[in-house]
Amino acid sequence: MNFTSFVQGSQLTVALTGEIDHHCARDYMQRIAAKIDAYTPKVCVLDFREVSFMDSSGIAVVINAQRRMAQIEGQLRLEHIGPQPMKVFSASGIDRIIKMEEGVK
Amino acid sequence: MKFENYMILEFPSKSTNEAFARSAVACFAAQLDPTMEELGDIRTAVSEAVTNCIVHAYPDTIGTILLRARILKDHVLDIVIKDKGVGIPDVEQARRPMFTTGGADRSGMGFTIMESFMTSVEISSEPGKGTTVHMRRRLQRRGGQ
Repeated sequence: MNFTSFVQGSQLTVALTGEIDHHCARDYMQRIAAKIDAYTPKVCVLDFREVSFMDSSGIAVVINAQRRMAQIEGQLRLEHIGPQPMKVFSASGIDRIIKMEEGVK
Repeated sequence: MKFENYMILEFPSKSTNEAFARSAVACFAAQLDPTMEELGDIRTAVSEAVTNCIVHAYPDTIGTILLRARILKDHVLDIVIKDKGVGIPDVEQARRPMFTTGGADRSGMGFTIMESFMTSVEISSEPGKGTTVHMRRRLQRRGGQ
């Protein structure tokens, strides 16, 4: 698992990489929560450009980030989502609740 | 049921094996010449079923997971994932979207995703004895086959 993040003004961008499954999900949740707590951004962007695979564990990661952002009255947005993760989001219906942008790999 | 090929794996319920299991099934399925989308669907469904064994079947122990994949006639991939864990008291409840006993770490979407990504999903379970998930996916035939 690789994890990079940067802050631009009031926007925190977290770039996720590789395969998101239950094995690494908790680690991702904790690290994203720590970044949100540290910067209290208005907008948090999860960048899925480098995510090659995701199962339903990824949904829990996104829901956790969403809850964290809601607590500080901020917004969560997902960007550059590849076809496989997008299909998982669509099957769960979470794409109707959280702002998502598909991306071309 | 006549099969054209099969493989059997046995591995402990360690979360590092989630990636191993879905990759192994994807490699085995490659002989059916699946599309990228089909392969993604199969990897996702296997990942969900194996994660269920790790999180729910063996919550406090490391147990054994058995995985059998077969290629049946007419381009059908048949997958059985079996554990000897705690079992599911109410399978219908477990299949319901958003239902989970896994807390905030889990989304409760595992079975929903298996069902929407595979052609068929059967679950049989007995509390104290274990759970068997039997999934099938019919793959498209592509040119030259």
